[in-house]
Amino acid sequence: MRIAIALIAAALIALPYLGLPAFYESFGYLLLSAIVLATSWNVLSGYSGYFSFGHGAFFGVGVYTTAALAGKLGWNFMWTLPLAALAATLLGVALGAIVFRVRALRGELFALLTLAITFVLATIALNAVDGGPGIMVSVELPKIAPTAPGVIYLMMLAAAALTLWTAYAMYHSRFGTGLFAIHDDEDVAEVMGVPTYRFKLAAFAISCALAGLAGGIHAIFVSYVTVAETFSIALAVNVVLMSALGGTRHWLGPAVGAIAITVLLYAFTSGNAAVAGRALTGLILIVVIVAMPEGILGQILKRFRATAPARAPVVRAEEVPRQAAKASSEPLLVVRGVAKAFKGVQALASVDLEVRRGEILGLVGPNGSGKSTLINVVSGHYVADAGSIRFEGEELVGRPAHRIARAGIARTYQIPRPFPQLTVLQNVALPPMFGQVVMDRARAEAQAWRWLAFTGLEAKAHRFPADLNLHERKFLELARALASRPKLLFLDEVLSGLTPAEMDDALRLIRAIRDQGATIVFVEHVMRAVMELTDRVAVLTYGKAIAEGAPAEVMRHPEVVSAYLGAAHV
Amino acid sequence: MPSATLLGQSVLSGIFIGSLYGLLGLGLSLSWGMLRQVNLAHFALAFLGGYLTFQLSGRLDPFVTLAVVTPLFFLAGMGLHWFLTRFSVSLLNTLLVTFGLTSIIEAGIQWTWTADFHRMENAYAAVRWKIGPLFVSLPDLFTLGFALVLSLGAWAVLRFTDLGKAIRAAREDAPIAAAFGVNEKLLGYLVSGLAAAVAAVAGLCLALNHTLAPAQIYAWMGVVFAAVMMGGLGRPIGPLVAGIVIGVSEALAMAVTNPTWAPLVSFSLLIALLLFRPARF
Repeated sequence: MRIAIALIAAALIALPYLGLPAFYESFGYLLLSAIVLATSWNVLSGYSGYFSFGHGAFFGVGVYTTAALAGKLGWNFMWTLPLAALAATLLGVALGAIVFRVRALRGELFALLTLAITFVLATIALNAVDGGPGIMVSVELPKIAPTAPGVIYLMMLAAAALTLWTAYAMYHSRFGTGLFAIHDDEDVAEVMGVPTYRFKLAAFAISCALAGLAGGIHAIFVSYVTVAETFSIALAVNVVLMSALGGTRHWLGPAVGAIAITVLLYAFTSGNAAVAGRALTGLILIVVIVAMPEGILGQILKRFRATAPARAPVVRAEEVPRQAAKASSEPLLVVRGVAKAFKGVQALASVDLEVRRGEILGLVGPNGSGKSTLINVVSGHYVADAGSIRFEGEELVGRPAHRIARAGIARTYQIPRPFPQLTVLQNVALPPMFGQVVMDRARAEAQAWRWLAFTGLEAKAHRFPADLNLHERKFLELARALASRPKLLFLDEVLSGLTPAEMDDALRLIRAIRDQGATIVFVEHVMRAVMELTDRVAVLTYGKAIAEGAPAEVMRHPEVVSAYLGAAHV
Repeated sequence: MPSATLLGQSVLSGIFIGSLYGLLGLGLSLSWGMLRQVNLAHFALAFLGGYLTFQLSGRLDPFVTLAVVTPLFFLAGMGLHWFLTRFSVSLLNTLLVTFGLTSIIEAGIQWTWTADFHRMENAYAAVRWKIGPLFVSLPDLFTLGFALVLSLGAWAVLRFTDLGKAIRAAREDAPIAAAFGVNEKLLGYLVSGLAAAVAAVAGLCLALNHTLAPAQIYAWMGVVFAAVMMGGLGRPIGPLVAGIVIGVSEALAMAVTNPTWAPLVSFSLLIALLLFRPARF
């Protein structure tokens, strides 16, 4: 494999020195620039699912930065390339800083704003830089190859190598895993500790920088820069198409698509054929999205995965270091006067609650009493309107959810929300990468195997969540929450929908979790389980905690009885 | 500083162009808000409508062409809806699929009518009145009239009729609405068809007032989507109001500065809204 890559690299570098017709260098250049653009688009859009329709704009910023600095002001061309990348990055970060904060519309809003930015930049370039007729770029090139096209080809080759390496490194890092989680379910990713805002912004910055760099080189290649040629929607369509065709979930996918589409479009270059080529790209885009969502590379890899034997768990390392804790009276989480309203519905009205280190606290209450909202507020998904939440003495209100996860709070979802396009193993390996102790991917996966064994999901490690039944999905939720080794764990109705036998399994598991030292808040409707499992019980109705204490006492509390059964009429 | 007459004329032309933004935005807002489909091909469809009107106007009155184009587009909208639901295309993927469709329609237009600019000759364009120092042309008034009637009509239907109630219910929760006897599938086709039919009307207004060229399809996207998002998804009057606000701002910006800066206006308004009122989205 190494040798093959080295041979290909040597052949690509040698190309300009072979004295072939200039066509080969130019066509090679086109292929390479397509690879750079598609791959750089994919590190944001394919990985995180935020589709940008403005890649042409960031590319164009690079083109115009180099054109203006080198062509108009006569700067040294090589110095303008980093600036081209920087200008595109700054633009992307500015745009991302605004859009990525908006929660509701996310993907669509991002797509449309990036579409609009192309026209905005075209306007600015036309008015402020270009002045109308376009810019001539003729510069001194470093003499590293016999001909000028050869030099430009080598530069784009370097850019392509840099881009592919970046995509590869991201793909295999925590960063990439976090982006894939954002793609699947951003809210859950954030609650699992992924700093979603920062990751999106960083991915966008990298994507823009690479596009800007390609733009800077392209300014020399075309040597005459005009607005109409530079800021085109066609480029945006083509990179989306290339990535989708090749496969957006793999670092190499866009490069495969880039080669396929560039060769295809080359067949349609002149006059009416170009029009037909445009229609064809549109058609391929539709067909790929509808019929081949994983792309060419995705399909091929899937076939490999299907034939590969199910790998046995390799690592089992790291035994439980933590002491089995006894319930103590030391408060771990103190909730005071927390309120939350949704458009006039007061979901939480001044809740007071105390969770003690090492205990299992049952949190019960009728449907709509605010139990799930309380979990969402403590875990940082919602921001409380009023009140304070202190965890080990630290205030949580106002902290972003991923910081709260990092402090050691985890939760499960009542309706399981696994990341659908990550395998069971990857799902469980995610939280340790973003937990209290940051781990790299290999160590996190070693951890994940432990929790899969703990929950009995080992055999399904390489399956996708869609292949699991409800019982297994609930256990996957548990394994995922446990993998981050939380100090405080919220279990949101883990028993609902399970058969009595499965329920017993789950209860055994929860006790085992507590024995490993976690404090548990157990939200449940199944009273048998609550009475059997919990040390203390708190009752919530209409967004208020009305009783807190030993299970048997609390259940006799008159307000609790009336909340569940209605007022007595005797 | 420009004269009062120029400013007055700017505001007036801003209202008219804004009403076209609103008309184009109406169909988009309906299919986005009600059907969870972002239909980029709406613009291509409107231009196709404009070109068809242009083609038929040699023989027919432009308004009579609507009788041909509107039903055709209604069917096209239903066809698109069939495709998107048949393959259960996700919201974000509807953007991609309709992007592809836009490329196809654009290529088709260029193939048939070339990439050159076309302008429809018609008798209405010559009809203009002078009100005080300001000029008003008949096609402009038609655009405003269509936009008002269709937007208010859509609003009234959604607000006051059983059909509207059913559509809103299906939007909130389709399976539950279906359980209560709402035929949400049929409603989907209806909304999609109507949205495309509105594109036909917008196409007529485009052809009456503006030059047509395939590359122009993309030029309208940014500003109309700004109007749709500012107006609020699924709210029929929103795009019209927001469109007029944008149109007037653009016209004033053009009068005060250089006309070529106009495309920045809608984008700046949208960014400002995102910065200062993010809760709206």
